[in-house]
Amino acid sequence: MTGVAASLLTAVGWPGLLAHEFTRNAIIAGGLTAVSAGLVGWFVVLRNQVFAADALSHVAFTGGLGALAYGLGAGVGVYAGTIGLAVVLGLLGGRLARAGDTVTGIVFAWVLGVGAYFLSVFVSGRSTGDGAAAVRVLFGSLFGIGSGQVHVTAWVTLLTVCGLLLVARPLLFATVDPEVARAQGVPVQALEVAFLALLGLAVAQAVQVVGALLLLALVATPAATAQRLTTRPWRAMWLSVGIAMTSVWAGIVISYLRADLPPSFVIVSLVVGVYLTTFGVGRLSRRGRAHPVVPAVLTKGTRTERRG
Amino acid sequence: MISPLTAVAQGASLNLLHDLSVLWRYPFMRHALVAGTAVAVMGALVGWFVVLRQEAYAAHSLAMVAFPGATAAAYLGIAPLVGYFGFAVAGAGAIAALAPGPTTGTYRGHSAAVGSVQAAALALGLLFASLYRGFLANITSFLFGSFLGISVTEATLLVIVAGVALVVLAALGRPLLFASVEPAVAGGAGVPVRGLGLTFLVLVAVAVAAASQFTGVLLVFSLLITPPAIAQVVTARPARSLILSVVVGVAVVWTGLGAAFYTDRPAGFWITTIGFGMYVVVRAARAGAAARWRCRQ
Repeated sequence: MTGVAASLLTAVGWPGLLAHEFTRNAIIAGGLTAVSAGLVGWFVVLRNQVFAADALSHVAFTGGLGALAYGLGAGVGVYAGTIGLAVVLGLLGGRLARAGDTVTGIVFAWVLGVGAYFLSVFVSGRSTGDGAAAVRVLFGSLFGIGSGQVHVTAWVTLLTVCGLLLVARPLLFATVDPEVARAQGVPVQALEVAFLALLGLAVAQAVQVVGALLLLALVATPAATAQRLTTRPWRAMWLSVGIAMTSVWAGIVISYLRADLPPSFVIVSLVVGVYLTTFGVGRLSRRGRAHPVVPAVLTKGTRTERRG
Repeated sequence: MISPLTAVAQGASLNLLHDLSVLWRYPFMRHALVAGTAVAVMGALVGWFVVLRQEAYAAHSLAMVAFPGATAAAYLGIAPLVGYFGFAVAGAGAIAALAPGPTTGTYRGHSAAVGSVQAAALALGLLFASLYRGFLANITSFLFGSFLGISVTEATLLVIVAGVALVVLAALGRPLLFASVEPAVAGGAGVPVRGLGLTFLVLVAVAVAAASQFTGVLLVFSLLITPPAIAQVVTARPARSLILSVVVGVAVVWTGLGAAFYTDRPAGFWITTIGFGMYVVVRAARAGAAARWRCRQ
């Protein structure tokens, strides 16, 4: 038994994997990011706000470049940019639920235009500037995380998860049935702003660790997978975290063993692969629990019909 | 890349015609104005339906699908445009397969599926980029556009693609409007709602792939979403709104390029900022009018 376990560990590069500081940092920071992204992502998918998360991840780019252009650390700009835009989107979007998608798109286009401005300031400000820093902000680097960043990530994850668990119940109510929730005295608009601010925090953290690209896969896809597998909120939330975390760790191991595969590619492939598998499962067990939660909640009338 | 502007930077006079004739004297400026006008007209008309159908997120994801298109073309050594258009159309197919609009044929309620397609596309792009070393040097113009670096061939191609897209849109126009506004009624009246939705998504993919040659994949929205959104705030009548959308789009491109010519800031910044400023003004005016109307009641 121990022999099998030992050979399994050797197969995943056991002694080497934990011997390097960069892999240790990647495992810790990637796992923490998976926790906050998986939890926040469940609400993002339920509220159909993946576009907002996407926009926030690109805004992190503008924020980071803006801070770099004026000689501050990129981190300051990333946090200020995402949380600021999250609050603006919350205030603007709440009143225009119907046009929310378009408003997100317009604000997002402008913020990226400002990013192009900062990029020109940043590049003209130094002779060797070639946009490499810009690329780093946009795509992140899981194997380039310093121990300082790990500490920041740990604290921000703690803050995001605690904040989210604090508002989870009223937020769920306000998401599933905003009219009834408002009538019951739930502050729906304030919850929207608070949730987007938490999302901004999670995005800022994740962008610095894994880049905008991977963030989208960690926020949207594991949560969507979980919602295809179960309609129970708590179970789905932790399932979403579990899928995200497993994929991140498996991706780190595979990418460590096969140096030609970038970690983000492996992780996104795993996450999307699991997601696609649920479509097959859904087809096989039509009468099982493979109902996506969103349509089930939003189309109450057809739900009983489908069950029967 | 050093912008050609720094070499020719000169003060703008208040005489608009004189300024335009100065702009027209430079070949790169002529190409930019022609390509920009083609993209603006196409973006304004295709985007008008995108805004109406609330498919902005699908459009954004299709723009990002250009990333694996470009890197795959570089890796495989084929023409970049083949990669752009091929991946954009494949992306439209993937979105349609993962997120079939139940009866409405639109892709607005499926942001998780659309986002997953986008993430997978970006990851593929990163894989091709890491297989083909050296591509990422160009990434800034890929993301933020090469407004003033458009060649004659590219400008011609953009005009042709815009023309084709507009012919297709003209053919789809009326049933698409019906299917977008009242999907259930249109379906009942025999309009193939889902087929139209998929055809339109492919059209958006082609339009976005073409437009991103000019604006870069991140700034496509400045010509695809902002002008139609401004027009739809001003008037609800389809014909007027479409014309206004085109006028706004072209005006934004011309003023943006002009501003970029006379300052040393990028065209992408000016085009997005002018468009966003107009949107804010229009929304404020609309809110003010609504408030006055309420007071009078």
